[in-house]
Amino acid sequence: MAEQKFAENEVVELVTKIVTSIGTTRGDLIPILQKVTNELGYISQEAIQQISVLLKLPTKEITSVATFYRMLSTKPHGRHIVQFCESAPCHIAGGREVFSALKEALNLEPGETSADNKWTFYTTSCLGVCGVGPVILIDTEIHGNVTPDQIPSILGRYE
Amino acid sequence: MAFYRSTVLVSVDPVCVEKGAYELIDTLNDELIKQGLIDEVRILETTRLGDPQKLGPDIIVYPEGTHYTNLTYYDIPRLVEEHFIKGRILKQYAAKMQDAIDEELSAPKSKEVRVVLRNVGVIDPRNIEDYIANDGYQALGKVLTEMSPEDVIQEILDAKLRGRGGAGFPTGLKWRFARQAAGDIKYIVCNADEGDPGAFMNRRVLEGDPHSVIEGMIIAAYAIGSQQGYIYCRAEYPIAVSTMNLAMKQARALGLLGKNILGTDFSFDLEMRMGAGAFVCGEETALMASIEGSRGEPRTRPPFPAQKGLWGKPTNINNVETYANVPPIILRGAEWYSTMGTEKSKGTKTFALAGDVKNTGLIEVPFGITLREIIFDIGGGIKNDKKFKAVQTGGPMGGCLPEHLLDLPVDYETLGQAGSIMGSGGMIVMDEGTCMVDIARFFLEFIQDESCGKCAPCRLGTHRLLEILEGICNGQGKEGDIEELQDLCEQIRKNSLCGLGQGAPNPVISTLEHFMDEYKAHIEEKRCPAKVCRNLIKYEIQDGPCTGCTVCARNCPVSAITGERKQTHVINQDICIKCGICYQVCQFEAIKVI
Repeated sequence: MAEQKFAENEVVELVTKIVTSIGTTRGDLIPILQKVTNELGYISQEAIQQISVLLKLPTKEITSVATFYRMLSTKPHGRHIVQFCESAPCHIAGGREVFSALKEALNLEPGETSADNKWTFYTTSCLGVCGVGPVILIDTEIHGNVTPDQIPSILGRYE
Repeated sequence: MAFYRSTVLVSVDPVCVEKGAYELIDTLNDELIKQGLIDEVRILETTRLGDPQKLGPDIIVYPEGTHYTNLTYYDIPRLVEEHFIKGRILKQYAAKMQDAIDEELSAPKSKEVRVVLRNVGVIDPRNIEDYIANDGYQALGKVLTEMSPEDVIQEILDAKLRGRGGAGFPTGLKWRFARQAAGDIKYIVCNADEGDPGAFMNRRVLEGDPHSVIEGMIIAAYAIGSQQGYIYCRAEYPIAVSTMNLAMKQARALGLLGKNILGTDFSFDLEMRMGAGAFVCGEETALMASIEGSRGEPRTRPPFPAQKGLWGKPTNINNVETYANVPPIILRGAEWYSTMGTEKSKGTKTFALAGDVKNTGLIEVPFGITLREIIFDIGGGIKNDKKFKAVQTGGPMGGCLPEHLLDLPVDYETLGQAGSIMGSGGMIVMDEGTCMVDIARFFLEFIQDESCGKCAPCRLGTHRLLEILEGICNGQGKEGDIEELQDLCEQIRKNSLCGLGQGAPNPVISTLEHFMDEYKAHIEEKRCPAKVCRNLIKYEIQDGPCTGCTVCARNCPVSAITGERKQTHVINQDICIKCGICYQVCQFEAIKVI
């Protein structure tokens, strides 16, 4: 995950590049925001300004879309994003205990980022790998059949 | 097609990729070039071949069918030398057959019929030739050369295909409305935003047989007169997205998508749109708002999408499974299709069996099969020899059905009358250890979180429902709670804007109807019969079995357990936080939940 801070002119440049590659119609807005989230780590105010100029949309329109979707973020993230699947099959397979162990190990509530900027913790809707619940997604890696006592060793694999 | 002596299937399941499946493929490729075998041995990427946690990365070599497991790239030179040059099986990596089970999709069981899943796990999804070799795109050829758009709609109507997204609206009728709607520009949309927890049927179709969905969409486009389509897939399914993108590219290269398809004057192309993590976008009007680049909020219907859909143009929107049903219906005829199922629900339905059932995973059954047959014959019954308690069908907005309703035939109407819904096909089985009040609370938590907030009955109503349920689970239930729940459910159901709000009370209504005694035990006796709700249970150490080993006392995070070595220990109930750790660590089953 992008951790380094981008200078304002770099953000403008990057956003312009992204918009050029995708398009400037209203229907292109969400793909643009997805790409910005992936490359910048989050959708900063500067990025929203620049998208507003290029797409000729009011900034409040863009903010309203950016804050609606769970996977678009207007806040910076930690280096690693830990997502816990809170869906029923995982819940039944012992997810509740894993969730408490995870909260305790990270010392975070869902939606928070740790002070050292290492972890951001979210809950997520079903990841569709219910055969191996309970499931944790760290960045893009899926960990299945997780038990509470495995949590420290799983987290320990990340720098 | 070139001829190959051997074919190597490599699992590129996410877990296998994490364990180095792509390094394996690169090394294998290099080694085959080095040994001069690259024209004789073909490498294919495929979905999981076995349990990736235990066996990955793994490969299967055909025609022998040898399954090599737990490979790393430095095993490859030896494997190539032994297997492909010397013709010997490397026993140390070869799996026993019983290990090689796809947990999500096993071989069809006796009561299953596979139409939608016919190719999943059978063909290489990343190779269009495999699909074509299995009658792929023949239905499209038939449609474009022998049938008028009206013929196509009639065939789908005769087959009585109903929308597999959950509501069960007749697909042919939907197509006819879109065809008859005025306007030159019309759109086709595939709803691949499979968000119901526990439901992954569509993911496997997209990942395992992408062309069946594309072919179904092209046929629908021809029937309604559309030139542009969108696949809206949730971003939680990265492999499905990349497989679909590749499939579209391959179809375009062969002239199956784009201008003048198969040399006719019909043109149609597809675009992929990814969701961004909002459950409500599975609702069709919210989904279209999202494609248009807005907040994914539903709007009132009518006007229905067939009149005013994407960008105000007539739009036909169906689910993945609905489209995947289209090619076989066209190819084998409506008469064949309607031999399967009940009077009003024809064909088959895929379900994702999950929860406390022995065989979890994906199944496809004809409509009319009973819940009992699904759970006990196909699912193998309840895990750990426990007793069945309830089955929840239709995702979070479905209802929980008890034992005495298990002999109902599964179709849209019957499940609806019983207080549940067909939904998209999630099926969660619960054993006697499940607290039904806790389950209702759990689903409401999900729904309340996913409510988009546009209409008050859903936004505020689900919030209040959840508050009451949390109170009951915490031991603060009071007289009048049940009546208030019932009243709220009625209001939310009647007044919400879209399916999410209208369906939101289902878990509460159905558990109130079938498990009222559990609600009463929570409220009146402050007791959780399933021993799940923390505030209503306590842990006690039994005199007899306790050996005084001190393990529980040492593991208790709040030091609530005292006792001398080799003496029965005691839990101080005032300090105990009911975390259950002592219960888990005790080796002598001395701790009892009361």
